[in-house]
Amino acid sequence: MKKIQNISRRSFVKSIGLASGGLILACNTSVFSDKEKEIKNLINFNPNLFVQLNSDGSLILVASRSEMGNGVRTSLSSVIADEMEADWSKVSIQQATGDKKYGDQNTDGSRSIRYLFDTMRQMGATAKAMLITAAAQTWNVSEEECKAENHFIVHSSGKKLGFGELVEVAKTLEVPTDVQLKDSKNYKYIGKSLKSIDVDDYVSGNAIFGLDKRLPNMKFAAVARCPVTFGTVKTFDKTETLKIKGVLDVIEIPRIERPFGALGGIAVVATNTWAAFKGRDALKIEWDFGNNKDYDSENYMNQITKNVHKQGKVAKTVGNINNAFKKGAKIIESTFQLPHLSHAPMEVPNAVAWVQGETCEVWAPTQNPQSARDEIVAYLGVPEENVTINVTLLGGGFGRKSKSDFVVEAAIISKAINAPAQVVWSREDDIKHGYYHTVSAQYMKASIDKNGKVTGWLHRFALPSITSTFSPGVDYAAGFEISSASNIPFNIDNVKIEVGKAPAHVRIGWLRSVINIPHGFSINVFADELAVAVNKDPLEFRLDLIGEDRIVNPDENIPFKTQRLKNVLQLAAKNANWGKDLPEGHAQGLAVHYSFNSYVASVVEVSVIDGKLKVLQVHTVIDCGLVVNKNTVIAQMEGSAIFGMSLAFYGKITAKDGAIEQGNYHDYKMIRMHEAPKINVEIVESTENPTGVGEPGVPVIAPAIVNAIYKATGKRYYNLPLSNYGLV
Amino acid sequence: MITLQINGKSYAIDVEPDMPLLWAIRDVVGLTGTKYSCGIGVCGSCKVLLDNSPVQSCMIPVSAAEGKSIITVEGTSKNLQLLQDSWMELNVPQCGFCQPGQLIAATALLDKNPNPTDEEIDEAMIGNICRCGTYQRIKNAINRTVNLNKQS
Repeated sequence: MKKIQNISRRSFVKSIGLASGGLILACNTSVFSDKEKEIKNLINFNPNLFVQLNSDGSLILVASRSEMGNGVRTSLSSVIADEMEADWSKVSIQQATGDKKYGDQNTDGSRSIRYLFDTMRQMGATAKAMLITAAAQTWNVSEEECKAENHFIVHSSGKKLGFGELVEVAKTLEVPTDVQLKDSKNYKYIGKSLKSIDVDDYVSGNAIFGLDKRLPNMKFAAVARCPVTFGTVKTFDKTETLKIKGVLDVIEIPRIERPFGALGGIAVVATNTWAAFKGRDALKIEWDFGNNKDYDSENYMNQITKNVHKQGKVAKTVGNINNAFKKGAKIIESTFQLPHLSHAPMEVPNAVAWVQGETCEVWAPTQNPQSARDEIVAYLGVPEENVTINVTLLGGGFGRKSKSDFVVEAAIISKAINAPAQVVWSREDDIKHGYYHTVSAQYMKASIDKNGKVTGWLHRFALPSITSTFSPGVDYAAGFEISSASNIPFNIDNVKIEVGKAPAHVRIGWLRSVINIPHGFSINVFADELAVAVNKDPLEFRLDLIGEDRIVNPDENIPFKTQRLKNVLQLAAKNANWGKDLPEGHAQGLAVHYSFNSYVASVVEVSVIDGKLKVLQVHTVIDCGLVVNKNTVIAQMEGSAIFGMSLAFYGKITAKDGAIEQGNYHDYKMIRMHEAPKINVEIVESTENPTGVGEPGVPVIAPAIVNAIYKATGKRYYNLPLSNYGLV
Repeated sequence: MITLQINGKSYAIDVEPDMPLLWAIRDVVGLTGTKYSCGIGVCGSCKVLLDNSPVQSCMIPVSAAEGKSIITVEGTSKNLQLLQDSWMELNVPQCGFCQPGQLIAATALLDKNPNPTDEEIDEAMIGNICRCGTYQRIKNAINRTVNLNKQS
């Protein structure tokens, strides 16, 4: 039980932006590892969830996570409202500013529901218990005779009092330490499909994304950054820029050498975004391209491919792989190459900052307001409490907006011009100056005995690590970039996982589903290849390969159960009518993958006719434990299928002479409506703890497509994107 | 000065004639429902109706829009409001950022073709990217609106 406090009467209430007067509960949640906890516990009071009930019955729930299409404002709040027996129509959401007192606010890693579910239930149940006590005291009856029902406390005699009417009594009460949580069968909102709390604003055009924030006297800015990562300005000439109508100022931005610090460059400040863009184009800048000026992604791919064709660092070894390979009746080997990817959220990175003397207020579409705050505190050298980060709605994030370089730029510019400033990245800025999904080469080798059993599995990969962004010079994959390969859910006696060398020449960052993109791809395509090698149906072969029910990762906290993995695969196959008769040129392919503690399988149907690929249907099944908002989970699976298709069809960021070659949606393409398949989603009914949703639907899509293409054409594609092969 | 007619209101603005209509609407007039995303006319986020035709406002100089009727997502048109209802009913948006452009494209389609086939919907919506991947719901919402129109 987390410690929940009644803070209705504390002056502290004002500091979190809530009006005083209501019943307010705060809670100190612990969603951190032990080491993180040690750090967080140094702070005396760090509640991260708040409930405020006002005397008019209105209920304000504070959302500490960012809304970026993940539906988190709706789902987090619905859990509290459910336990509280609140009327959903009386709920409004207040977005938390970036502050450690809320606990971890970083909205990534598909963690929000995973980590906060239990605490939110307790918050709701505690509020309900206090309202029941308040009613019992008011009526002078026993609490057992009272129950909460749709924003009222009802007495067995039939009399009732609204939640709002009980506020004055409730806020004087001690917080109960032991509250009863609802039986899951009585959930009113959890597990149902609630409408997004923001949908009205989205369709009316009234939703305020970062890009839509306006302040009086606000200036607009665009920044010219060196085409090569970490290059710097040698000299620049602003003469032509200053002639452009609307341009107000030209400022040099320093490079800030922190993981999420500014890249540096020249900022053009103007009265509107267009003038800022135009002024930037008119700058004449001589760059010092720096150490990454020779980065050529084609040469680099060749180099890391060589690195996986020789012995690497051993990350895991089980049994004796050499023996297995020696004795194998059949040996299968394949090499996979996947390029860098860019997040390309529809809303470009942008932020508004207003530095006034020693204080700074920011409005930004950030996935990680605390990190943005840390960066600005470090830059301005002011106390943390002087910096306020307001989180706007995010027009997509996918991991890009948890890196706050764009927020720092806004603060630098605002300070320099002594006025509020909105920095706007053009789409070209976004594509050319990202934190890219890693580029990877993978080599896989397996042995099969004469009975068709897989006896040995070697998986060797080289990819620049995300860690390199934090610790320059790191040139091998880190532990979190290995486990999705080493926790292989296959019943194979001899397994070896190795990593090859791969130094980074651009900023590497996490992108929706992260390392599971390359590993989910290679493992699923290779397993399909092994099925072909033993002349077995891929579904039957895969179920055999996964083998008996067991826990794959007995050393870890959350068990990875093969039974749940097989179940989603079987359900997806059933929903797709796996093996059904199909027209000429059509075929099905499957993939299954465990990530973010969730289990996802997809079966796709494709057609390849006259050398052109179409994805016609996707059947996805997810087991993510208990579901909070069905609509959100279905939407995330639908979106993941399209996201996975975009990277499978078109996803490719390349570099030449250190500069990224792509720049916009014409050369970094996305799936469009005419290419979108029918998508069917099934959610496994479960009472297990909730697990990740935003990311785990992505990794299965590309391999399922590639496996289906093989079935249709007899041709196996080991590299992405498929546009390389003229298929799309 | 250039005078724009947006959603039935008149706005006199002092801007360069080559400023794209998008930036005039967003940064000068101050209506932010119309979105910037690509700036080169390939994503559809900035779509508005210009004399009832869908255009990418990032590609139209503001001078070319003078004297014409401009309708943005904040505006009023029978099909736009019906589509917005369907969008809400079917929970179409995820992040929501591209949806104003999607709604304008769909409005233009239904204004011209009240009973489109799925292929005609694809064709009308091909210029609009949704990175969240809400295409299936967008199509369903357009079809729902078509059916409601038929019934009324």
